[in-house]
This record gives sequence, C-alpha cells and structure tokens, in this order.
Amino acid sequence: MDLFIPLLRAFVVGGILCGIGQLLIDFTKLTPARILTGYVVTGVILGGIGVYQKLVDFAGAGASVPLLGFGNLLAKGVREAVAEQGMLGILTGGFTACAGGIAAAVVLSLLSAVLWKSKIK
Amino acid sequence: MNMSPEEYDKLAKKASPNSPFLKNLISAFLIGGGICALGQGFLLWYQRLGIDRDTASAWASITLVFLSILLTGLDLYDSIAKVAGAGTLVPITGFANSMSSAAIEFKSEGWVLGLGAKMFIIAGPVIVYGVSASVIYGILYYIFG
Repeated sequence: MDLFIPLLRAFVVGGILCGIGQLLIDFTKLTPARILTGYVVTGVILGGIGVYQKLVDFAGAGASVPLLGFGNLLAKGVREAVAEQGMLGILTGGFTACAGGIAAAVVLSLLSAVLWKSKIK
Repeated sequence: MNMSPEEYDKLAKKASPNSPFLKNLISAFLIGGGICALGQGFLLWYQRLGIDRDTASAWASITLVFLSILLTGLDLYDSIAKVAGAGTLVPITGFANSMSSAAIEFKSEGWVLGLGAKMFIIAGPVIVYGVSASVIYGILYYIFG
C-alpha cells in the first residue's frame, strides 16, 4: 500500500494537469509550442509564489513531470542560487537547475538522429 | 420533419456517439496520468536505492526523457500522441519528443542548421521564456526575498 498511494496521487494530479492542456488544445487556438511555453512560465510563477512545491510534495512526479514542474524547478534553482551566490544566482539558478534534463535531452536527441532515419516522405 | 438549424445541431450532437472533446480529455488524463505514475514509479525506486528525493526526482525525469526519445526513434511516440493529445505533450516526455523528432526529421537538411538548429524549434521558446521568467523572479527574490 505504501507504493499504491503515491502512484495514484501522481496518476491523478498528472492526469488533471494533462487534461487542462487538452482543454486548451480543444477550446483555444493555442499551438502545442505555446501551451508548453505557457506551462513553463506558469510553473515559474506558481513556483515563485511557493504554491507549486506543495503540489510536488503531495503528488511527486505527478507535479514534477508535467512542464509546470520544469518551471517550478527553474524558480527553485534561482532561489537556491541567490542564497548561495547572491546576485549572480539570478542568472545562474535557472540553467543550473534544468541543466541535467536539457543536456540529456540534447545529447539523446542527437544520438537518436544518428541512429534513426526520418520515416516521413 | 421541420426543424431549425439550431435544433438540428442539438439533435446531431446528442446522436453522435461521444463528443470528441470528452474522449480527448479522458485519453489525455489517462495517458498523461500514466506517464506521471511511471515517473513516480522510477522516483520511488531510486529513493529506495538511497538517493535523496530531489536527485531521485531529477533522475526519474531523465529516465522519462530517455524512454520518450527511444519511443520517438522507434516511431512509436507519435502513434501514442495521436490518441493522447496533451497527455503526451504536457509531460517532460513531450518536450523530449519535440527535440528528438525534429532532430531526426531535419537531419536531411544538415547537421548544423538542420538537426542542430531545428532541434530547438519547440524547446527553444520553452527555454527562452522559462529562463527569462526565472531571471525576473530572481531579481524580485533578490530584492524582496
């Protein structure tokens, strides 16, 4: 049971956050790129005012995996970097926090393009 | 049978088996939720290995990025995305898929301005506005925090 509850929380919260995105797709003219950008910026704001971390504490990956969590991570990184490095942290915090994920995505995407050919055309 | 276009619209809506928006919403919820639950599974597993929560959370996201790019390369992610809509877009896997699929597709236009540049066609704006928002927040936090 100690496994089931956290998995269920992640499923429900993550599902709701994706459902909101689906409503944006169906009822607005927002493109996927705009939705993702909006999610990240909203995540920075919600993370900045301290709301989003509560959701991460509750739902774990359900809150950190959707791109809102990426924004929250940026805000958290800036906060920690300012505490450690002062003013410089304003500039270093965001990239430091997301460096691992971005570097992984960049290198693996490059690798995927080496390994696979486009199926289109 | 006489009816106005509005009445016909209402009837047609009632008669259609399931409104597409509800179907889309449920698919996005189930598949998006499933991806997050999978991430949570990795998170719990890594924590059990003795990794602290924040580090385990980062590794869980990176694991999902890896799986997403693997499925993109195998041409499976797009098939799931057709059903899932925002369910595969909003999680970090959608971000990774946008990079990997663009990298694969635009390789034919060259390694530098094709693959290298087009990889960021969706990820670029996300990083530009995400990092800019974080810098604005940083300035506010530095002054008022």
